[in-house]
Amino acid sequence: MPEYSFLGKRSPRVDALSKATGRALYTADFSLPNMIYGKTLRSPYAHAQITRLDISKARALKGVMAVITAADEVHKSPYNPPLLAKEKVVFAGQPVAVVAAINPYIAEEALGLIEVDYEVLSPVTDAIEAMKADATIIFPDIRTNLIKGNQTGRGTIPSNISWHVEYGYGDVEAGFKNADIVLENTFRTQGVHQGYLETRSTLVDVDPVGKVTIWTDSQNAFLVRELCADFLDIPIHHVRVMPVEMGGSFGGKISQPLSPLCALLARKTGRPVKMVMTREEDFVGTNPAPATLISLKVGATKEGLLTAVSAELIWDTGAFPRESCQNASVVGLSLYRIPNLSVKLYDVVTNKTPTGNYRAPGAAEAAFAVESQIDLLSRALQMDPLEFRLKNAVSEGDHATNGTVFPRIGFKETLQKMKEHIAIRSKPEGKNRGTGVACGFWFGAAGAFAAQVNVNGNGSVTLVVGSCDLTGNRTSLAQVVAEQFGISLDKITVITGDTDTAPYGDISAGSRTTRQMSTAVYRACQEVKDQLTQLASSQLGVKSNELTFAKGQFQVVGMPEKTISLEALARISIMRSDKGPITGRGSVGGNIPAPMFSVHLAEVEVDKETGKVKVLSYTAAQDVGFAINPTLIEGQMQGAVGQGIGRALMEDYVFSQGIMQNPNFLDYRMPTAVDLPFINTLLVEVRSGIEPFGVRGVGEPPMIPVLATIANAIHSATGMRLKELPMTPETVLRAIQQR
Amino acid sequence: MKKEIILKVNGEEREVAVEPRQTLLEILRNDMGLTGTKEGCGNGNCGTCTVLLDGKAVSSCLILAIEVEGQEITTIEGLAKAGEIHLLQKAFIEEGAIQCGFCSPGMILTAKAFLDVNPHPTEAEARQAISGNLCRCTGYDKIVRAILKVGAN
Repeated sequence: MPEYSFLGKRSPRVDALSKATGRALYTADFSLPNMIYGKTLRSPYAHAQITRLDISKARALKGVMAVITAADEVHKSPYNPPLLAKEKVVFAGQPVAVVAAINPYIAEEALGLIEVDYEVLSPVTDAIEAMKADATIIFPDIRTNLIKGNQTGRGTIPSNISWHVEYGYGDVEAGFKNADIVLENTFRTQGVHQGYLETRSTLVDVDPVGKVTIWTDSQNAFLVRELCADFLDIPIHHVRVMPVEMGGSFGGKISQPLSPLCALLARKTGRPVKMVMTREEDFVGTNPAPATLISLKVGATKEGLLTAVSAELIWDTGAFPRESCQNASVVGLSLYRIPNLSVKLYDVVTNKTPTGNYRAPGAAEAAFAVESQIDLLSRALQMDPLEFRLKNAVSEGDHATNGTVFPRIGFKETLQKMKEHIAIRSKPEGKNRGTGVACGFWFGAAGAFAAQVNVNGNGSVTLVVGSCDLTGNRTSLAQVVAEQFGISLDKITVITGDTDTAPYGDISAGSRTTRQMSTAVYRACQEVKDQLTQLASSQLGVKSNELTFAKGQFQVVGMPEKTISLEALARISIMRSDKGPITGRGSVGGNIPAPMFSVHLAEVEVDKETGKVKVLSYTAAQDVGFAINPTLIEGQMQGAVGQGIGRALMEDYVFSQGIMQNPNFLDYRMPTAVDLPFINTLLVEVRSGIEPFGVRGVGEPPMIPVLATIANAIHSATGMRLKELPMTPETVLRAIQQR
Repeated sequence: MKKEIILKVNGEEREVAVEPRQTLLEILRNDMGLTGTKEGCGNGNCGTCTVLLDGKAVSSCLILAIEVEGQEITTIEGLAKAGEIHLLQKAFIEEGAIQCGFCSPGMILTAKAFLDVNPHPTEAEARQAISGNLCRCTGYDKIVRAILKVGAN
């Protein structure tokens, strides 16, 4: 293992000072001369025909600059759902019109002057009901009959099932027959919001030539460019997306609910337009995580070996069709060697908030079911839950349910690490207390990323990236650069460029940005080093293989007095070198998989009088491959656990007639500081094959086990198995009383 | 109808024309250019808009600008003194308590008002003190540690 000077160190975030002093600029902090304000009119009904839409009074209001309805939409791509409702609304909160006015108050007033007549239809609000043959059909053009056998896709009969897949291998029936114990249970998870604190916002300017400039919160500026260009029917190079700081995202800022419409308003009015969602709009008008229903049958021998699993996953995807639960089945069911498997998957549309991605989408939901069942199996067999998992855990050479063969992974090492931790920690004492463990797996993603490294005339280095920083990756990447040149972090500037100036970066999602970008940045640094070496060799009059490079200085081998510094070379390169300025680029496309595993432990106390669950302590262990910056990684793990605890115990999209009843932070309760304990972290470093450092992704794995960890701990404390989320005081108390 | 008032913000008296319906948050952000104060919910549930009013932490989205004439208002921009950042800002940076940064200004100001009254708090007291400020990134772990670190000195 190489000795590093900068990698593996707890460098403070490069963006921390600007954020601590309020200087960091987020989308809503930007303003432009002559700017006006946009607002959205949203449907009050979950399912209704629009029988009349009259914007004349709104348009006539003094100060109103534009009103746009579905009739103005121009985008060609059939793959994007409509941003404004046409003829029919399919969820409460769906945009019907947008208005731009000289101030937000007039824009708001104008919304009230838009006249819409609705013929209210009965909303489809339950996924199981929606799947029935006699259900109200939301989209007549969705045709998915129940396909038998190993088939995927769509069928011929109108249906609310937008996607259906069946797959498997082996002989499940035989597997269950060979089992000494078979458990079958159904688990339900609720709709939850990503809960980022900065609501969706955008500022768009269109210049007289038609070039569109956008400031917006997004996990990928290049995707914003593509979506807006498509919506406006202009080429992507006519759209420029600017870098901004972003107040949280967690998968929720992939979609662009505002920017395309705002761009249309800006184009129509010829003025910069700003739109900022209220918190209520953000709850009802963005893309939360879907509610899910998972039926899981598992069989095991009395020795604790799994014999078969059959699973049925039903995803309530809300108002627009998705193909989302297939990934859930892969990441949910690939932690253990399962000799016989059968999986049925259904994505179902309902008249509820359209769903999207939330940190480890699908995996957290699936793990709630799988890891609860594994806990029940261990209990039934009177085995230690970690021992049971160690017995069945996948390792290098085993295959995931999609057939992918695992490369080197650290699942068993992470389980061992947790075992050691449990052995030495102080045991929980007292009544109504219990502990639970659970695991998580995330495949991760690759994607196309590039980096540009420029050496400045004083020997400092500027790294230019187009990828988005959600996790502190600017700091990790600065550490990569520092390590390559042996220069301190204060000589390195990391700039997130805009889509016109920065090299391409794929979407920051799926726990991949640092893993991919560390490779791209490393490669760019190697290119720079090659150029520096050439220049140094010509300056020192030796061959390049006679040079060593360390701590920002070249030295001739065996001649310690013959040196030239990076600073001197940098000066020469811009003053009189015939090769010119030193600049390097690095790219990475596909990459090998670097699967990630996490193992969690919670200790809870359940108040039998009130049903309240208090998390007394929490420990998260995770194979991170190689920790470039342990502080940043711990922060990811602790934040994800906090979100998971909120999801396990508190948060819930409450609907009535398809209308969200709690679209504010008072009624949609996210954890506060008093709801969480300190979150202990154990970093396991089993190097992945990702060159050159062996990093793995970090952001999603710590979300995955939390739901089951808490449920398993509650079982340990009370003897009760809760299979529905959230496990609020009311539901826990009801379970206690019904026992 | 706008009314001319004088607001004392970060030690400076600033004249500003406000409508009676405008919140302190709006005036700070839109009229004074003090965008370090954030809006996360607009109804007092998240704490991102926290400022200090005569040293006390308040939600600026729940206060009308017209109400606070003559009172000392401190925003995150006014916390550093003579080019030196506040101990809390330093601790937040060093402990890794800042991630997306959207809650940080409100969180730091709430912590300051709290430590001014209770300079050596327990963990439970610190957690209680910031329980009106939501953070979605950190699980509060490093935030609480940063506050306790300052409190230990």
